[in-house]
Amino acid sequence: MSEPQSETVEILRCPVKLEYLYSAGQSASRFLRAIAQGKLLGQRCPVDGRVYFPTRGSCPQHGVLMSGEPVELPDTGTVVTYSINRVPSENIKLELPYAPIQVLLDGADTVLMHVLGECPIDQVHMGMRVKAVWKPKSEWTTSIGNILYFKPSGEPDAPFEKYKEHI
Amino acid sequence: MREVAVVAFAQSRSLRREPDRNEVEILIPVIQELRKSAGLRTEDIDFICSGSSDYLAGQSFAFVSGLDAVGAWPPVSESHVEMDGAWALYEAWVKIQMGYADVAMVYGFGKPSMGDLPETLALQLDPYLLTPLWPDAISMAALQARLCLERGVVSERAMAEVAVRDRRNAKQNPFAQVTGDFEVEKLLAEPFLVSPLRKHDCSPISDGASAMIIAAGDRARKLAQRPAWIRGFAHICEPQDLGVRDLTRSRSTEIAAHQAGVGRDKVDVAEIYGPFTHQELLVERALGLGSRTQVNPSGGALAANPIMAAGLTRIGEAARRVWDGSADRAVAHATSGPCLQQNLVCVLEGE
Repeated sequence: MSEPQSETVEILRCPVKLEYLYSAGQSASRFLRAIAQGKLLGQRCPVDGRVYFPTRGSCPQHGVLMSGEPVELPDTGTVVTYSINRVPSENIKLELPYAPIQVLLDGADTVLMHVLGECPIDQVHMGMRVKAVWKPKSEWTTSIGNILYFKPSGEPDAPFEKYKEHI
Repeated sequence: MREVAVVAFAQSRSLRREPDRNEVEILIPVIQELRKSAGLRTEDIDFICSGSSDYLAGQSFAFVSGLDAVGAWPPVSESHVEMDGAWALYEAWVKIQMGYADVAMVYGFGKPSMGDLPETLALQLDPYLLTPLWPDAISMAALQARLCLERGVVSERAMAEVAVRDRRNAKQNPFAQVTGDFEVEKLLAEPFLVSPLRKHDCSPISDGASAMIIAAGDRARKLAQRPAWIRGFAHICEPQDLGVRDLTRSRSTEIAAHQAGVGRDKVDVAEIYGPFTHQELLVERALGLGSRTQVNPSGGALAANPIMAAGLTRIGEAARRVWDGSADRAVAHATSGPCLQQNLVCVLEGE
């Protein structure tokens, strides 16, 4: 018999690399092409008429294809919830602390996750009216990142009744 | 045992590459057609189970988005297997056997065109000793084919005949991808892809989806004029290490076929999931089929192989022939893993 093993093998390097040519799909592609032009597209559920933002292929509630023309939405909305982030992350280039927010765009029935800017952190609150701040037009691509952040629009707060169905 | 039958089935047309639809967009029309043909709403379905693989999409939890095609609100009872939809069907069948459901919907979907499928499939191997070598799926099948040829279990001619038969049958299948009339001699004159496999020995890469509804007892009789009753259902798995398996026969198919009772009566139609021609021959033999059985009237996986759906589609194609009366007894087979590692056998009968 050979000598007993003095140590176990604890490290085995097996790099895995797979390449994908990913397609966003018909619906997400339409949304991304539009946002490259500075347009925000939602889509209406044919069953109950609710507007999903961004556009998507199907209504996940009813399992039906979204029908008809997309709905163009303004870049203004209401903060329906928020948090304050003080945890650094390699992937986030924002200065700490910052406020992740969920924005209900005017005319939409689903919320968009984004961040708040140009606002002291202790002033963020539910019902706050906000407006998108876009990158310079020359930098627009097929990305939701064309919107840098939302900032307070200065309008009076939206009443709770207006957005309570969307939180 | 509860009586359970396949009552509805739908599938997408298999394409080498869906140009712009994502998986959900491929799936939605299939599930809509399925529900329409069965006359069922989501709330009429007690349990939903899907089969897919996140590795094909390169996204974690990609399968969750599949539920967008179902309409999962109010919340539904559902499950997922990281396997072909045929195994999702097995889970749904067990659920009905246990009395937790009377009607279940099953679907499978895959869009392998987004990645390199033979390379991706290497990830299902032993991660310590095999995956670092990256043996792709075609090369693994070629090793098996070489063994089968050297032992005289199959011949290159018999393999080409399988391709000719399946592609010819697929001319009648509007969902198939590789169809037409071919000559054995001409196929054998083609160069090797990965020796001893030629291109015709390999199934195509297909984007696609399929979906099915099964129901118990009287619910099934109400949903279909002539339900395809599941009279035998079994799946068996062989070890992961290719070196400890006999690759020149499919032992797991033999055992599953025995458990499912394939040999108890005549078999009119068999739908076999053979991703490679020699594998189709091995499965045909393991099922113990005679010359009176029509094999792969749909064209099988050699005509269209929407991975993660192709096994479920075999069962759907077999059921279709029971519904229309062209078969009284049909056998469907599904496989998973390298070189026929895991096999499932389903026996369907008319009333």
